[in-house]
Amino acid sequence: MKQTRTIEIVTGFFIILGFVALYVIATSATNIKAYSEGGGYTVTASFTNVGGLKLRAPVTIAGVAVGNVTNVRLDPRTFNAIVSIRINSSYNQIPDDSSASILTSGLLGEQYIGISPGGSETFLKNGSKIQFTQSAIILENLIGQFLFNKASSGSK
Amino acid sequence: MTTEEHKHSDNVVEITGLKYRVGDKAIFDRLNISIPRGKVTAIMGPSGTGKTTLLRVMTGQVLPDRGRVMVEGRNVARLTTGELYELRTQMGFLFQNGALFTDSTVYENVAFPIREHTRLPEALIRHIVLMKLQAVGLRGAAAMMPTELSGGMARRVALARAIAMDPKIIFYDEPFVGLDPISMGVIVRLIRVLNDSLGLTSIIVSHDVDEVNAVSDQSYLISNGKVVAYGTPEELEHNKSAWVRQFMKGLADGPVPFHYPAPDYASQLLGEVDT
Amino acid sequence: MRLLREAYYIILGFLQMLGAAGFFLAQMLRHVPKALMRPRLIFQQVFNVGAMSLVLILIAGLFVGMVMGLQGYNTLSKFAATSALGTLVALSLLRELGPVVTALLFAGRAGTALTSEIGLMRATEQIAGMEMMAVDPVQRIVVPRFLAGVISMPLLVGIFNAVGLLGGYLVGVVLMGVDAGAFWGQIHGTVDLHEDFWTGVIKSVVFGIATTLVAVFEGYYAHPTAEGVSRATTRTVVNSALLVLALDYLLTAFMF
Repeated sequence: MKQTRTIEIVTGFFIILGFVALYVIATSATNIKAYSEGGGYTVTASFTNVGGLKLRAPVTIAGVAVGNVTNVRLDPRTFNAIVSIRINSSYNQIPDDSSASILTSGLLGEQYIGISPGGSETFLKNGSKIQFTQSAIILENLIGQFLFNKASSGSK
Repeated sequence: MTTEEHKHSDNVVEITGLKYRVGDKAIFDRLNISIPRGKVTAIMGPSGTGKTTLLRVMTGQVLPDRGRVMVEGRNVARLTTGELYELRTQMGFLFQNGALFTDSTVYENVAFPIREHTRLPEALIRHIVLMKLQAVGLRGAAAMMPTELSGGMARRVALARAIAMDPKIIFYDEPFVGLDPISMGVIVRLIRVLNDSLGLTSIIVSHDVDEVNAVSDQSYLISNGKVVAYGTPEELEHNKSAWVRQFMKGLADGPVPFHYPAPDYASQLLGEVDT
Repeated sequence: MRLLREAYYIILGFLQMLGAAGFFLAQMLRHVPKALMRPRLIFQQVFNVGAMSLVLILIAGLFVGMVMGLQGYNTLSKFAATSALGTLVALSLLRELGPVVTALLFAGRAGTALTSEIGLMRATEQIAGMEMMAVDPVQRIVVPRFLAGVISMPLLVGIFNAVGLLGGYLVGVVLMGVDAGAFWGQIHGTVDLHEDFWTGVIKSVVFGIATTLVAVFEGYYAHPTAEGVSRATTRTVVNSALLVLALDYLLTAFMF
C-alpha cells in the first residue's frame, strides 16, 4: 500500500510538472501578449514598401516593444501598403507627429517597426494615421544603386 | 439404453465430426467426444496429438475447420465475442504454467475476475478471495508475489483464481506436468474434491496415466486425430488393443516404435544413403 | 542490387506494419470510452510510461538546449547576430527538436518497456488467461497503456522544451554573455503562440499516438517466445523512429 502511494504521488508530480512546463513556455516564451492583450488602440501607417514585414511583428519605441502589427494590406489606389498597428493601452501618450520606420534586427534578422517619437502635444489615438514613415530598406536596391553610382562616376 | 440416452442428453460438451488442420497436418479428423455433467473426464494421448488444442476448441480460443462443438447447448464457433465471453464466465481454465499476473500479489490475482465482473464491496471480495485460497490451502500465501511461489503452489493459486467466479465447467491443461510427487498428490485431491463439492464438470487434458487414473471417472484416449479408446480407468486398463496397452503401461516399444522412421542403420553408416 | 532488394523488403514490411497497426488502432479506439471509465488503470500506466521517462527527458533536454546554445552562439556571432540566440533556441526546440527528440527517447525508454511487458504477458499466457476469464485484454491491458502514452508525450515534450530553454539560457546568457533582455525579448517577439507553440503540441500528441501504438501493437502481436519478444522490442524502436521522422516531415509540410 505504501508503494502504491509513492507511485501515485510521483505520477501526480509528473502530470503537474508537465502542465506547468507547457504553461510556462506558452506564457513566457511566446508572443502570447500579442494575443491576450485585446485592449489597446490601433493606428495605421502607409509605406511604399514593407519588405518582409510579417503579421504580429513587434513594434518598438527606443527598442521597447509597445505593440505589434495586426494587418498588412495594399491600398488599391495609391499602391501603398497600409499597415495596422495595435499599441498597448498603457502607451497612450505617443505624440501624433511621430514617425514609423521598418527596421531589421541585425543584418539578416526579422523586420519590425520602430516608432521615433515627435514633439507634438496631441497624441495618437484609435484610428489615427502615422504621417511620417520610412519604408523598408531593400538590400538588392541598395546594392543596385551602389553599383549604378559607381558605374556612372567611373564613366565621367 | 435408457441410461445411455439420459447421459447423452446431459452432456456439457458435445463434439461431433471435428476437423482441424494446421498447415498440411490434420490435428483432428472427424473427432467425436461427449463429456457428461458432474464427472471428471480425462482426455489422454501422446504429446503432440493436439490435446491442448482440443481444450482451446472447446473454449472458443481456436475455431474448428469443420464439425460442431456444443458447450452447454451452444455452438461455440457461432457465438459472437460478447456471447463467447458470457459463456466463459461459466468456465474456469487452468493453464499449464498457471498464467498468473506476475505484477500483482496472489490475493490480487484471485480477486481479479471478481473485480472485473462484479461491483461487490471490498469486504465481500475479501471474503470470497480468502475462501477460495482456503480451498486450495494457500490462504497463508495471499500476500506473496507469483514469482515467489513454487510450481505446485502457482498452479493451486491459478486453480483458486479459476474457481473464483464459481464456474460450472473447469478445464485443466496438463495439471500434473513438472510437479513433485507431493504437489501432484495435492492437485489430484483438489480436482476430485472441487469437482464433487462444487458440483463442477471437470475436463483434464494430460498424459500422466497414473494420476489421471487416480482422479478421472472416465477417459478418452486420442491419437492421430481420432478417439482410440474410451472408458473408465479399469476398462482402459484391461483394453485389448496393443496401442492402448503400450500407452497405459508406458512401454518403450510397441505399435509406436522406439525408432523414428529412418533408413537402414548399416547402410547409413556405410554412407550408402545421404543423412 | 542486394541493397536495393533489402530496402524493398524493409519498406514492404513497414507498410504492412502500418496497415495492421491501423486496424489495431481502430480496435483500440472502440474500447476507449469503456477504458475512460476506469481512470485508475490509465494513471497507473502514466507512471510506468511517463513518470519513469522523466529523468531521461530532463537530462536529455538540458544537454540538447546547452548544445543549441553553444552552436547557435558560435554561428550567430559570425554575423554579429547573437541577440537572435533566444529565437534560434526556442524555435528549434518548440517546432522540431522538442517533439522529435522526446519521441525518439520515448520510443527507446517507454516504448520498449511496453512492448516487452505485453509481449511477455502474451508469452506466459497471461493474455490468453485473461480472455478465458472473459476479460478483453485489449480493453484491460492495451488501451490504458495506449492512452497513458498519448497523455504523457505532450507533458514530456513540455518538460523537455522548458529544460532545453533553460540549457540554452545557461550557455548563451550566463556562460557566453548574451544579453538576457535580448535573449528573452527576441523570444517574445518572434515565437508565435499558435504557429510555433501549439503546432509543437499537436506534433507531440501525434508522435505520442504513433510511438505508443507501435509499442503496444508489436507487444500484442509478438511471437510468444523469448526470441519473439526481443525481436518485437527491436522493431518497436526501429519502426517508431521511422514513423516519427516521416510524420514529422508530413506535419511540418502541412502546418507551417
